[in-house]
Amino acid sequence: MNVHVTGNDVDERTLAIVRALKGLEGPLLPILHEIQAEFGYVPQECLPVIARELNLSRAEVHGVVTFYHDYRDHPAGRHVLKLCRAEACQSMGGDDLAERVKALLGIDFHQTTLDGAVTLEPVYCLGLCSCAPAAMLDGAVHGRLDIDGAKDLIAEARR
Amino acid sequence: MPLVQEIDYGTPASRSEKTVTLVIDGNEINVPEGTSVMRASMEAGIQVPKLCATDMVDAFGSCRLCLVEIEGRNGTPASCTTPVSPGMVVHTQTERLKQLRKGVMELYISDHPLDCLTCAANGDCELQDMAGAVGLRDVRYGYEGDNHVRARNNGEANARWMPKDESNPYFTYDPSKCIVCSRCVRACEEVQGTFALTIEGRGFDSRVSPGMHEDFVSSECVSCGACVQACPTATLTEKSVIEIGQPEHSVVTTCAYCGVGCSFKAEMRGEELVRMVPWKDGKANRGHSCVKGRFAYGYSTHRDRILNPMIREKITDPWREVTWEEAYQHVASEFRRIQYQYGRDSVGGITSSRCTNEETYLVQKLIRAGFGNNNVDTCARVCHSPTGYGLGQTFGTSAGTQDFDSVEHSDVILVIGANPTDAHPVFGSRMKKRLRQGAKLIVIDPRRIDLVSSPHVKASFHLPLKPGTNVAVVTALAHVIVTEGLYDERFIRERCDWSEFEDWAAFVAEPRHSPEEVEKLSGVPADLIRGAARLYATGGNGAIYYGLGVTEHSQGSTTVMAIANLAMATGNLGRPGVGVNPLRGQNNVQGSCDMGSFPHELPGYRHISDDATRDIFEKLWGVTLNAEPGLRINNMLDAAVEGTFKGLYVQGEDILQSDPDTKHVSAGLAAMECVVVQDLFLNETARYAHVFLPGSTFLEKDGTFTNAERRINRVRKVMTPRNGYADWEVTQNLARTMGLDWNYTHPSEIMDEIAATTPSFALVSYDLLEKMGSVQWPCNEKTPEGSPIMHVNGFVRGKGKFIRTEYVATDEKTGPRFPLLLTTGRILSQYNVGAQTRRTENVVWHDEDRLEIHPHDAENRGIRDGDWVRLSSRSGETTLRALVTDRVAPGVVYTTFHHPDTQANLITTDFSDWATNCPEYKVTAVQVSPSNGPSEWQIEYEDLSRRTRRIAGKLEAAE
Repeated sequence: MNVHVTGNDVDERTLAIVRALKGLEGPLLPILHEIQAEFGYVPQECLPVIARELNLSRAEVHGVVTFYHDYRDHPAGRHVLKLCRAEACQSMGGDDLAERVKALLGIDFHQTTLDGAVTLEPVYCLGLCSCAPAAMLDGAVHGRLDIDGAKDLIAEARR
Repeated sequence: MPLVQEIDYGTPASRSEKTVTLVIDGNEINVPEGTSVMRASMEAGIQVPKLCATDMVDAFGSCRLCLVEIEGRNGTPASCTTPVSPGMVVHTQTERLKQLRKGVMELYISDHPLDCLTCAANGDCELQDMAGAVGLRDVRYGYEGDNHVRARNNGEANARWMPKDESNPYFTYDPSKCIVCSRCVRACEEVQGTFALTIEGRGFDSRVSPGMHEDFVSSECVSCGACVQACPTATLTEKSVIEIGQPEHSVVTTCAYCGVGCSFKAEMRGEELVRMVPWKDGKANRGHSCVKGRFAYGYSTHRDRILNPMIREKITDPWREVTWEEAYQHVASEFRRIQYQYGRDSVGGITSSRCTNEETYLVQKLIRAGFGNNNVDTCARVCHSPTGYGLGQTFGTSAGTQDFDSVEHSDVILVIGANPTDAHPVFGSRMKKRLRQGAKLIVIDPRRIDLVSSPHVKASFHLPLKPGTNVAVVTALAHVIVTEGLYDERFIRERCDWSEFEDWAAFVAEPRHSPEEVEKLSGVPADLIRGAARLYATGGNGAIYYGLGVTEHSQGSTTVMAIANLAMATGNLGRPGVGVNPLRGQNNVQGSCDMGSFPHELPGYRHISDDATRDIFEKLWGVTLNAEPGLRINNMLDAAVEGTFKGLYVQGEDILQSDPDTKHVSAGLAAMECVVVQDLFLNETARYAHVFLPGSTFLEKDGTFTNAERRINRVRKVMTPRNGYADWEVTQNLARTMGLDWNYTHPSEIMDEIAATTPSFALVSYDLLEKMGSVQWPCNEKTPEGSPIMHVNGFVRGKGKFIRTEYVATDEKTGPRFPLLLTTGRILSQYNVGAQTRRTENVVWHDEDRLEIHPHDAENRGIRDGDWVRLSSRSGETTLRALVTDRVAPGVVYTTFHHPDTQANLITTDFSDWATNCPEYKVTAVQVSPSNGPSEWQIEYEDLSRRTRRIAGKLEAAE
């Protein structure tokens, strides 16, 4: 969800998330997931708040956020399409599929279509090697994807 | 002396007492269990190539250069992360390893600039050394591919390239030279404990990032220099090295800032100081440093330094430069005239806690033997004199009980009125390290200091007491310990006087000392007091560290005794990990007290009225000493105002800025006829001086400093004094002009005299210090190697003494006119009155004193963050800018005293400790109101400053 957020609001919502989850063992990743679910990305203003609440430095939180490609530093499109780029999918024509999907959307990886509908991302193994090539649209996986299947997915996303 | 090259063992030493035998490259080696293969090799003199390992941080295993082969094991494990095991057979150089290492180096070098000849690290680069060690001759991958090295690739901007970060005034960060070994990140975490650095991204995108991809100066970085020291390449480099080049020799010496007393290697190019690098063998700092000692030495060559003696008739006259001889003659004849005219007791002197033991000893000797009175005092009067009194009464010695290493064995750390991460940063880092290992922390402080909550450190209890209620709160802790039966009866019966304990226990057990009652006056919730007391008494080794927040009160001495009672009652004395530890403010404040700087004490804390002690000195000095104590600083000033005290010799102390009630100090100084100031700069006191004798810095003289753990450290001369003479020579020449027959040719001879006259220094000599590096007094026949921990088998005074600690509220009270309580302190980047640090780039971090005020109090007064405010008390007023923060509780305001244009001491009152006259800096009732600019006094003072600073024939010195 791409929502416009303001400074103070971010602080308060972050604080609510952190306080709800800080009791977990190893709370940082769950908190960041929740932040991304809340804002659609991980706003940088959240980091010092998380750091303060968890007794970490903001550098440490920054290090974790940037380590994981799944955490975004800016909002994504309304839907996120991830194409698997790992070995099994490549051997089953994943490269070709990726090129055709890019052409279809008119964007490269890590970009969002102009209408804000779809963000395209590479992913390294969805654990669906037996059904390669594989893709994931907003958390739902799709196996044995060909270009027609991809067109359907995109059409659904654009609806 | 050549460049001191310290051996890097790659991984920290193991503390195990069990040893393991193994074979490395055919050599049989015995090392403690838990040692890494890398360290074991280095101990046998076999250097395994390495990049990401260094012995200041734990093994990491990322560079893949230190691989070895171990018989009977598969693969090539990293020697840094592999612990030794009995009978292990290790090969560090095989054909297979050679190929692997060369391959790894090729990868490193394929993404590294090839500008070795013009690189600042040339000659001091581990990457360069390793390329040589593995025999790298070419890089098969070429240099054209993806890289972090060039700003542009084939004409296109290179997104991976990052420009140099030069924001820190002392070092640069050049990401293009980084090999991402993460040594800097780990040094910041493990050694300094700030966690300001991280590795951002992953894989080839990995970069070192201060804060959240910020520049160094806007990140959490405190500029301690640990990362620069850890960096194996030129990525993090001192700007001074970039400017000057690599040093060619080094001298081990002691930092002249705070009471931690860190050992440094002064790395030199001829007489030019290239950099200060903390010395790993330094027993106070164990290879760590802070921004002041590591970088802020620029004041020693600052243009404001006065290098020629000067004289003037009246303080409104311009200064006239004269020869040393003329200056000595002038002082000698003036002091003689004053004593003839106003009596023998009309002159006195003040020794410096910034100067060496030897220099301090000479100044008090000059006063006692030359002036013929005991009018000598020192700045410890205004900081830790209550420590001397309180610990002397209860334990029998006027000093902390532990060495700094002791903190590594503490389970509960109680910090009272001290802010170690700002004021004693290197010890603060060592404390934080122990806290990260699981020790518990209790903080008693009106302010939420960094230790209360900072990355990976959180106090179990923070007792935010109202300033001035220390005695009540500490006695309440004792109440809980006694009434809940948490005291250590065996310890008390063995080491202390049981009947005194019973008397004290009955006193503290009175209901008026219960946490519930004390809550009413201290504002600390009773359950926090109870929790803290239980934790301290039952949590294992309990160590107390305290600072000026304890001593600088009207009941400073009482609080010190209350603290001592607490430690005795819980048996927390006489072994590692426990104790009562004053954190000393200045580099040699312990030493200046030891050296007999107080009017009532000869060296070694022996009372002036003691005939036997006086006899020792009378025989040696060939004079008769006055058996009556002389005047304290404040008494001298009072006497001056009354007209009976006319001449003062002040060595290396700025009493006008550092002593309370500035107006009273200036009135006293103005009433004198001959004020002699010996200092590096025309300090604030010098505005009232008639003679100025240029001082020398710690880099320009030999001597010793004694730190807060009673450690006598050597100070070594690394350059010729710019003013011509070390301070001890100036004092000696002055004494000779006054007719004293002094013939010291080196400070070591002064130390020999100290050893000969003072039992606790009996075996101290420069030879011993050369041999042992440093030694902690007492150092005599009983403890020839010094005493890291005191009172091991019983107290110095015999039985530990419990003393009743009745809480008496200070006379300084808030009321309708002055409803807030001001407390004062300092900040990491500045030191004391700032005479030195203000003359360095440290002003980047703190260029003015700010008034911390709680948002609630600020809003009531219509004050916003950054506004100019007027701060007024019964004594005076000043203006400064507000900093609105909830670090201070409502009703409390806080400021630092580093800048003379703020003059926080205009505000402080002349109330002082009942026993020692230590001023009550920490409690002043004040009012804060919005303001437009400087107060009348500040304008007047600025004008006076300008008029009194003129030197004939020179342009006005700009501040």
